[in-house]
Amino acid sequence: MGKTTIEKIFSLRSRDAVAPGSIIWLDLDVRSARDFGGANVVKNFRAHYGDAPVADPHRTVFTFDCQVPANTIPYANNQMTCRLFAEGQGMRVFDVDAGIGSHVTIDNRLAVPGDTVVGTDSHLNILGAAGIFGQGMGDVDIAFAFKTGRTWFEVPRSMRIELTGRLKAPATAKDAVLALLGMLGSDGALDRSVDFTGDGASALTLDERITVSSMVTEMAGIIGFFPVDGETAEFYGGRDLPAIAPDPDARYERTVTLDLGTVVPSVARPGSPSDVVPVREAAGRKVHSVFIGSCTNGRFSDLHVAAGILKGKRVAPGVMLKVVPSTRGVWQKLLESGDLQTLFEAGAIVSQAGCGGCASGQLGMTGKGEVQVSTSNRNFKGKQGDGDTYLASPATAAWAALTGVLTEPKE
Amino acid sequence: MDKPSKIAGRVLIVPKHNIDTDMIFHNAHLAITDIKQMGRHTFTSLDGFKDFPEKARPGDILVSGGNFGCGSSRQQAVDCFASLGVRLVVAESFGAIYKRNAINSAFPILTFPGILGAGVSEGDEVEFDLRTGEAFNRTKNASLGKGQPFSGVQWEIYQAGNLFEYGRRAGEEG
Ligand code: SF4
Repeated sequence: MGKTTIEKIFSLRSRDAVAPGSIIWLDLDVRSARDFGGANVVKNFRAHYGDAPVADPHRTVFTFDCQVPANTIPYANNQMTCRLFAEGQGMRVFDVDAGIGSHVTIDNRLAVPGDTVVGTDSHLNILGAAGIFGQGMGDVDIAFAFKTGRTWFEVPRSMRIELTGRLKAPATAKDAVLALLGMLGSDGALDRSVDFTGDGASALTLDERITVSSMVTEMAGIIGFFPVDGETAEFYGGRDLPAIAPDPDARYERTVTLDLGTVVPSVARPGSPSDVVPVREAAGRKVHSVFIGSCTNGRFSDLHVAAGILKGKRVAPGVMLKVVPSTRGVWQKLLESGDLQTLFEAGAIVSQAGCGGCASGQLGMTGKGEVQVSTSNRNFKGKQGDGDTYLASPATAAWAALTGVLTEPKE
Repeated sequence: MDKPSKIAGRVLIVPKHNIDTDMIFHNAHLAITDIKQMGRHTFTSLDGFKDFPEKARPGDILVSGGNFGCGSSRQQAVDCFASLGVRLVVAESFGAIYKRNAINSAFPILTFPGILGAGVSEGDEVEFDLRTGEAFNRTKNASLGKGQPFSGVQWEIYQAGNLFEYGRRAGEEG
């Protein structure tokens, strides 16, 4: 019988029989912890294993991205706890200058397709975009993984999302995943592993795949995989990659299809990532602040789209525009491409690479009555302050910044 | 000696779906690492339930809706209940990471589709059987039907006391 992507990867990394619902021991190639969660991982590790070594220190890492640099004393203490532990263990630390852990993992080729990665970040399943199994876990889980290099896992059931057609500008990959959220709802992929298949999936760039995979979490899914293909190989510099793709006769519990050609610029209304409407239905809503960044839309291509829209113009009076590159590498490209200058002249606040603008506190919060347009992945009440947050693509966000109201992006 | 399969207690109900980890334990308190300090922040950003920490008594059972604990991977969203002495969380379904966090720290959670409409009111004394998934409302003297029994791993980690101890017993120390 054919295997789905997760069944393939698990079969490569486990000695147990892999079938949906079975519980297996899984070998982990990379184990990571962020600044949030990291200190608790260390605490658990010390309490249960004392000074024992971590599994392979070269692939057991810390990635700081939540509060970079630390802006509260408890965070500063937590980061120091991790740094000192790493020093003693000979582990690598991607420190406060590096950027979002999941993106750092991809961009530094810490993991390659077919690998298994766990960490304290609930969006680590972004790695599915590159055919890597990534999974966010709590600090007890990660402490155990730090020590043993393994974990137990219940093999999830799989569903397939077949993408056909091509996106039509000005619709983007973010609009496509919002469309899927609207179709499937906040628990549409509950406990499932998702395989994105079809010619529409193959046509997406790695950055676009990251955007789509990142929001499988908001559908309550375990992970969303794209097949490893030429696009992936190019990113890995022509390296020989294992063929990670579902078998043609893989068994899925459910298949849904989305014609990318039907996708229109969309927003998720405040309160729920799955309350999705076309931008035109919300057009005219006054906007006070705009955030472009996060693990969903903080790649260079995302910020480049926004810069293109803002070039030679200024954001509407009274609108605050925050731009946060996902990694230091993206920062550098902004600098080299001239986009940094464009964004600066348009009135943007460009911040340190990381989770600022998404994770609480690092780059401000919203106040009561504030309407924010964010390219991030969550808009639950209270997550980013007392204001209302719409989720949108970088293009929609840039147009909102330019006009001061929700506006359908033009081509 | 094995921990008992049955847990009984007073039920507190949060009748909502998709309660995310920010509503359970807001990210403003994430720097807290001492479990004793966690309980008093439970649900304090969830409208209508902000008084939960005062209301909850040791031994209580929380009943809630679908996709409970979706959102981030924070362990505090599990530990805050242990901190208050809540003995069991029963929900129609759980977010995947939340479920693992609870299982690995041997905090009992029971998946029980339909529990909100099964005839349980706030304050009722209800007995849940972790091994069979069955629930019995002692106050109303009525069966509430059956949820999903603990899986093998969940039961074994629950008995071992935590993932680390379970790993040792399973020879997975690495
Ligand atoms: S950008 Fe936001 S959702 Fe993404 S990893 Fe950072 S905090 Fe999490």
